[in-house]
Amino acid sequence: MKLLVPVKRVLDYNIKARPKADGSGVELAGLKMSMNPFDEIAMEAAIRLKEAGQATEIVAVSCGPAGNQETLRTALALGADRAILVTCEADVEPLAVAKLLQALVAREQPGLVLCGKQAIDDDANQTGQMLAALLGWAQATFASRIELQGDGAALVTREIDGGLETLSIRLPAVITADLRLNEPRYATLPNIMKAKKKPLDTLAPADLGVDTAPRLALVQVSEPPERQGGLIVPDVAALVDKLKNEAKVI
Amino acid sequence: MSLLVVAEHDNHTFKASLRHVLAAARDIGGDIHLLVAGSGCEAVAQAARALPGVACVRWADDPALGDGGAENLALLVSRLARDYTHVLTAASAFGKNWAPRAAALLDVAQISDIVRVDAPDTFTRPIYAGSVWATYRSADPVKLVTVRPTAFEAVAGDGAPAPLEAVSALPDSGLSRRMSVALNQSTRPELESARVVVSGGRGLGSAERFKALLEPLADKLQAALGASRAAVDSGYVPNDYQVGQTGKVVAPDLYIAVGISGAIQHLAGMKASRVIVAINKDPEAPIFSVADYGLVGDLNEIVPRLTDAL
Ligand SMILES: Cc1cc2nc3c(=O)[nH]c(=O)nc-3n(C[C@H](O)[C@H](O)[C@H](O)COP(=O)(O)OP(=O)(O)OC[C@H]3O[C@@H](n4cnc5c(N)ncnc54)[C@H](O)[C@@H]3O)c2cc1C
Repeated sequence: MKLLVPVKRVLDYNIKARPKADGSGVELAGLKMSMNPFDEIAMEAAIRLKEAGQATEIVAVSCGPAGNQETLRTALALGADRAILVTCEADVEPLAVAKLLQALVAREQPGLVLCGKQAIDDDANQTGQMLAALLGWAQATFASRIELQGDGAALVTREIDGGLETLSIRLPAVITADLRLNEPRYATLPNIMKAKKKPLDTLAPADLGVDTAPRLALVQVSEPPERQGGLIVPDVAALVDKLKNEAKVI
Repeated sequence: MSLLVVAEHDNHTFKASLRHVLAAARDIGGDIHLLVAGSGCEAVAQAARALPGVACVRWADDPALGDGGAENLALLVSRLARDYTHVLTAASAFGKNWAPRAAALLDVAQISDIVRVDAPDTFTRPIYAGSVWATYRSADPVKLVTVRPTAFEAVAGDGAPAPLEAVSALPDSGLSRRMSVALNQSTRPELESARVVVSGGRGLGSAERFKALLEPLADKLQAALGASRAAVDSGYVPNDYQVGQTGKVVAPDLYIAVGISGAIQHLAGMKASRVIVAINKDPEAPIFSVADYGLVGDLNEIVPRLTDAL
């Protein structure tokens, strides 16, 4: 079975994002970019399925500007066999990404698409679900455990509000990874070198017949309301007094 | 304008977040219809009739809708949505699961996790773990919006009972089936709607100490328990305790962070709390910069003393 793993290039999670001075977007110039952490988890899940002999090939895909090649090279170093870059704007919307992926699924015929549950830049949490809808496939979001069953089905445990839920889904399907699915490995130096020789194809949205025009107009990007914190109280008695008499919350 | 609000429920009662989603719907304006879809969920539909501002309750009752699976629900909502200008639901694990699927079936963008209605077609939402807010205008014929419940004050009281209208479900897609569900039993208030939340981080050091130190404090305050990702990953508490960018978003009257450093991913889930208390031995911990009251010291000494003092 072939696996398709979409990966996104995002501002590194250690960096605090700031609006551009004119409010037209988020300041990214010169800042460290990395693979979206949830996509690293999805990639790790794919690699483990291949290592367990349950998958034959891993194709990593990214939709975005030319710089995303770097992220795809990371995916190749981690264990993807080949990569496809669909070159488009950096802020292509989830619906458009889902349509690009739908077209790639038609070409590649994977048995499973493994993606991250959300990208930590736009925090939209949409692409996997949208792709499943367009394909008419089953979906299992927020996965913390995946077990392929061999009879065209998979058991997936999902993190839900209040606990865990286990679904049986028909394959092919889209599964989105949550934090507890696994702990991703790091790429080793020899694998980073080898990844440079693995195939990386580039396509344009037009090659796939997809219109990526945005549906939403970004009106402005702004600072969130600021919180005034920082008061240190000397001891427990002072804290209780403040909570009772100043904040009046207890 | 006409709005369809999709209710989250367990076939017996609707979630408290529904009143917050209705507040967002009221901010948009227009006729508000409510969809209660489930199996054996008549009690929910009947109770929902009295929710203020609801003009009609549409009730779909079918075994195929019983476990809240995304495939069947998204298809049903996408069919009904064509009669509305807006579809709203909570940005919870439930809403996040099916709403994007319905959006794609409708060929519209989804606007996730809104915290403000700027205009009927314009909404503000946090991005980058809440470090930045972005305002978007949608030109789609149906605006599919998920709502951050804590950002909207719940609609209060009851209204005159709205009419109930049965809606027939669609055939089961057969794509997925729920095999089991394991909910964490707790007598505490629900994390997302609790008035007080006591949250623990890696500083607690073990599951035993998390329990021994934070449960008595939470008992005294009738609080819900929450946690950082590090505490969940270390197995101190189950996954659904996680507060943050990729966990739950809470905004209680009082949030007490114990042994939590205050990474932006954690702050994303609790920064809107009314009063924040931080207990941490590191005076430089970023959690203090958002805390109204900070106490620097060893949590093993401070927490029992605080519990005793309450
Ligand atoms: C993709 C992604 C998503 C994430 N999502 C979330 C999320 O939703 N929620 C979340 O919380 N995190 C999330 N994180 C993780 C986040 O970046 C931090 O790693 C995490 O919040 C740290 O948890 P912590 O504060 O408990 O641990 P630490 O950062 O290790 O802090 C422990 C604190 O305890 C204090 N301490 C230790 N011993 C004592 C003592 N005896 N007395 C008093 N204080 C003590 C220390 O001074 C320290 O400040 C995410 C990360 C990524 C990459």
